[in-house]
Amino acid sequence: MIVKTVVSIIAYLVLAPLLGGLLAGLERKLSAKMQRRVGPPVLQPFYDVFKLFEKEKMAPTRFQDFYVLVFVVFVIASGVIFFAGGDLLLVIFTLTIATAFLVVAAYSSNSPYAETGAERELLAMMAYEPMVLLTAIGFYMYHGSFNVRDILGSDSMCFLPMIGIFIGWIFILTLKFRKSPFDLSMSHHAHQELVRGLTTEFVGRTMGLIELSHWYENVVLLGFVFLFFANGTAWGWVLGIVVAIVAYFVEVFIDNTFARMKWQFAFKSSWIIAVVLGMVNVFVLYLCF
Amino acid sequence: MSAYVTKSPWVVHYDGSSCNGCDIEVLACLTPMYDVERFGIINCGNPKHADVFLVTGSVNEQNKGIVKQIYEQMPEPKVVVAIGICACSGGIFKDCYNVLGGVDQVIPVDAYVPGCAARPEAIIDAVVKGLGVLQAKREAMLNKVEKVEEVEEVVEDAVEEPAEEVAEEVKSEGGEE
Ligand code: SF4
Repeated sequence: MIVKTVVSIIAYLVLAPLLGGLLAGLERKLSAKMQRRVGPPVLQPFYDVFKLFEKEKMAPTRFQDFYVLVFVVFVIASGVIFFAGGDLLLVIFTLTIATAFLVVAAYSSNSPYAETGAERELLAMMAYEPMVLLTAIGFYMYHGSFNVRDILGSDSMCFLPMIGIFIGWIFILTLKFRKSPFDLSMSHHAHQELVRGLTTEFVGRTMGLIELSHWYENVVLLGFVFLFFANGTAWGWVLGIVVAIVAYFVEVFIDNTFARMKWQFAFKSSWIIAVVLGMVNVFVLYLCF
Repeated sequence: MSAYVTKSPWVVHYDGSSCNGCDIEVLACLTPMYDVERFGIINCGNPKHADVFLVTGSVNEQNKGIVKQIYEQMPEPKVVVAIGICACSGGIFKDCYNVLGGVDQVIPVDAYVPGCAARPEAIIDAVVKGLGVLQAKREAMLNKVEKVEEVEEVVEDAVEEPAEEVAEEVKSEGGEE
């Protein structure tokens, strides 16, 4: 039991950045193909991060790097809890604290671009948090436990009974991944009206760490998608992994086909989705299980 | 080993007092036609993330402070590419009462792209040449050469050869794609 837990934690720590970086590389390749370009090599995100670590150190305040470090630690910790089979609520709250520290780091720079980005990130958090919580509640209603271990161990697949919550989760993944139309706080693409928004003031190594923790974070978020399909059998695992990866590329597809929306739309639409799909689904689960 | 900075040079573009001719050519490099992202080049629009500073147009009394500030905000290793004859020497605006001349009047320039307007191929070539300078500067950083003059000396010694090598490398990589 303990051995299994330790192995999965180590596997997460080592493989998550590799998988996350690879997905980011394939994403850029796919975006390029959609724009009829050749695009960068698949390993480009790794080159970018290694490059960032080569750059000179520079920071507007000495506290900024500390806040970013806290962000990184909490993001990785949330993944460790998830892959150790821990409590879903704990995973969600750790991720929230992590993002809060990223916002604080951006605020501490005193740069107008970073501050506006930070404000928008807070709005995005307000938009997606209800759905995130409802997802955890949904898992609890169905499986009778918040623990990832118990959800994985159950012998029935919760995808169909939780289809509303699943769609809601895919919807807020756009916000979580910061993809268009909801890339309010920062964009992965070049040039936008806020320079680089949230990450404008992060230089070199600091920026590299942020990229790295985004890869960790993405793997955890896709892990949630996987949980919808886990039913203790091998084909449940395969299906879960395939759907998680497909979900990622659906987000990339959406990213490339939509223009950025205003925060009001992001806010309203995700709350409506949370209420209509999430709440109703939780209510149905309450009646049936 | 070649530094990773040569594999992912992010650029920031500043329009000094260009007539927009050169700006359009810079943007043309990013289009599917030339697609510089093949080489990992991204127009990041943020000096704090950038490795290559592309300047179009001459510097004048109004913008010399801005050019200097953008340059200072970029973390080392960094290179400056002056694009178009205006950015090289002032071009046809040289004799204007407010024009100081080329970009090298204010900040050190590593590569010059002549032409009016500069062609996208020439701009890409200059950035690729700039990669050699980035490589040399990175090596200088590793060897803890601290004084600026020394760095510049090292750069000057090293620039010729690595520039060629990197150019070859990038070209062959591009060829495979
Ligand atoms: S070099 Fe020619 S095209 Fe370029 S900015 Fe100057 S005048 Fe315009």
